[in-house]
Amino acid sequence: MGNKFFVSLAPHIHGGDSIEKKMYGVLIALLPALAVSVYVFGVGALVVTGISVLSCVLFEYVLQRFVLKVQPTVTDGSAILTGLLLAFNLPSNLPFWIILIGAMAAIGIGKMSFGGLGNNPFNPAIVGRVFLLISFPSQMTTWPNAFERSYVDASTGATPLDMVKNHFGDLPSFSELLMGQSGGSLGELGALALLLGGLFMLYRGIITWHIPVVILLTAFVSAFCFSLLAPESFYAYQTGSSLGNALAYAGFHLVSGGMMLGAFFMATDYVTSPMTPRGQLLYAFGIGLITILIRVFGAYPEGMSFAIFLMNGVTPLINTYIKPKRFGEVRK
Amino acid sequence: MKSFSIGGIHAPENKLTADKATVTGALPSQAVVLLNQHLGAPATPVVAKGETVKTGQIIAKASGMISACIHAPVSGKVLKIDECVDASGYKKPAIYIVREGDEWMEDIDRTDTFVDRFDWTPEQIREKIAAAGITGMGGAGFPTHVKLSPPPGKKAEVLIVNAVECEPYLTADHRLMLEKGREIVMGLRLLMKGVGVTRGIIAIENNKKDAIAYMKSLVSADMGIEVVALKVKYPQGGEKQLIDAAIGRQVPSGALPVDVGAIVQNVATVFAAYEAVQKNKPLIERIITVTGKTLSAPGNFWMRLGTSMQEVMDMAGGLPEDAGKIIGGGPMMGKPLVSLTVPMTKGSSGLLVLPNLEAPRKEIRNCIRCAKCVDACPMGLEPYLFMTLTQHEEWDKLEKERIMDCIECGCCTFSCPSTRPLLDYLRIGKQKVGGIIRARNQKKVG
Repeated sequence: MGNKFFVSLAPHIHGGDSIEKKMYGVLIALLPALAVSVYVFGVGALVVTGISVLSCVLFEYVLQRFVLKVQPTVTDGSAILTGLLLAFNLPSNLPFWIILIGAMAAIGIGKMSFGGLGNNPFNPAIVGRVFLLISFPSQMTTWPNAFERSYVDASTGATPLDMVKNHFGDLPSFSELLMGQSGGSLGELGALALLLGGLFMLYRGIITWHIPVVILLTAFVSAFCFSLLAPESFYAYQTGSSLGNALAYAGFHLVSGGMMLGAFFMATDYVTSPMTPRGQLLYAFGIGLITILIRVFGAYPEGMSFAIFLMNGVTPLINTYIKPKRFGEVRK
Repeated sequence: MKSFSIGGIHAPENKLTADKATVTGALPSQAVVLLNQHLGAPATPVVAKGETVKTGQIIAKASGMISACIHAPVSGKVLKIDECVDASGYKKPAIYIVREGDEWMEDIDRTDTFVDRFDWTPEQIREKIAAAGITGMGGAGFPTHVKLSPPPGKKAEVLIVNAVECEPYLTADHRLMLEKGREIVMGLRLLMKGVGVTRGIIAIENNKKDAIAYMKSLVSADMGIEVVALKVKYPQGGEKQLIDAAIGRQVPSGALPVDVGAIVQNVATVFAAYEAVQKNKPLIERIITVTGKTLSAPGNFWMRLGTSMQEVMDMAGGLPEDAGKIIGGGPMMGKPLVSLTVPMTKGSSGLLVLPNLEAPRKEIRNCIRCAKCVDACPMGLEPYLFMTLTQHEEWDKLEKERIMDCIECGCCTFSCPSTRPLLDYLRIGKQKVGGIIRARNQKKVG
């Protein structure tokens, strides 16, 4: 009996999936959108992204190594992802110390205080963004104009969402919005690039269709209804008919602000979204509706991050009450 | 193409031995015949130490409602009735026979002649199958004659042959169909007659195209038998999944297949039924796939039951040097073997060797709540939740979340990106909850 074998119960093989494959997959999916923001905001985009990613990784490492005294897990890619997503939620001229505070809020409060990856109730990048939005409302809502590629002295202006909400300014055309030629946070432009990344994640099985499709659908339908009910208050482009205006208004909401970023990249965060497809449908419906309610009636022109934040909070409740379709549940 | 409707995974198939024709294995010097090769009560020995037995002679009788007879797989002398470590790692009672020659019982037809006698009565068929000690040969090992007699008031409509072989690596059923197709069809017709149904389905996964074509060529409409090709997806061979895939009916929680009118039999069982009825041959040998990426001569072998896995392994060129894990069965649901002294049983469909590199488990990491386990679960359950609830010993909640529906297919653990041992915890939870339910039922009765 010289042989010594491993003895552990079935299954004896593993599919080979890993946290890294998931996280780096999302990062790859974000590259086209990053390219668009660097093209539009130049150095500013690079500086903000760099500071955000590096500080998130650093905070996670320091907290795990010296405060929590556990094996650091920064190589799993989740801190890099939080950093990149946080950067995508910031203007390209945000002072570096504010970014540091945001990263600290995201990683320190949003993630590590709950026990690290997998235990946080709220999406860390959204925690960072909401924290900054409340703490530094003016810096967080002063965006450089498109093609202002400097970090320090970019001329600033209103975002398309601002213009539509308050009925002023020259709204970029629909195709300009698709291609990313507008002002806003780093990840608020280039709906097409974000969509491309989202499709990549769907193709690779990183996310399922449930959350993004239902968010976009709910947002579209609710925006369309509001515009149709009160055509004189809610419109983006004049098309000549109230039906056309309503369609344009609904379409405008899909390609502007954080809609695409939120639907594909922020709301689909594994940790903070529901576990069952049915639960995800409800969660996504909530996000789509709340976003439009804030955009239409709220004080802020953009409501995506608040909507996700709120629905993150509802997720445990959804997980408790909404169960998957069991085998043999429906009797014929 | 049809498949089951919820969850499931795709694992690398690794059917290394699909084109290896079966080889008749060497006879063992000693056969260790376990008395509990089936689900239910162990068989009761009817031979004593020192007695001489012939191949095929009954050596242990079924005891109780759910049990099966056991026959001598070799001829020789009963050395002792003692204990032997089986695939579960526990000591179980077994009859040790030291082989002397290979002298068979006279009433067994050992020729290859195809017999198509069909004037048996259903009772005769069921009796012969019970007498031959036939059990499910796919895994669980439920006594076949019990399955053929549904509880009063329940009527079967269709008999489904499980020829799916969804476990990676295994090819025993595949080879059996290619080499004994006619006998399988005959066996199915006998079983259909035995249980009184007019509809039969042979369900095969689409990665065995040659077997599908061959079986289709053997059946005709007047037999009432249909060969169905199924989309490759694990765990299609699970009884409930197979019924869903083949006839689109879902067996409700806690119910039996016959409640939706179906009876499922493994294809090797069907062949054994043919041999029992037409050849008078008890279940004393079967095909086992001996495989692994680093084996020198992997293949499919006809081996007598009771042969030690060491001797089975020798048929495939012996244990490779880098052997890290030995598995009795397939890689998804097979049992890890502590040593090669474990004997073959009626349910031994495979012997798989994983090299050192693939043997150890990976580090357990935080659950990232990605829901891959929920998506993979073919029963529509939430494995991540079961793991947490088991850790917290929340047995009531586990029962409410239907942990007893778990079929232990391993899809959750296979899919987990954090390599968490979900199924390990599920088994613990199932065991506890099962015990609680049994205790409660006993209390009600008492």
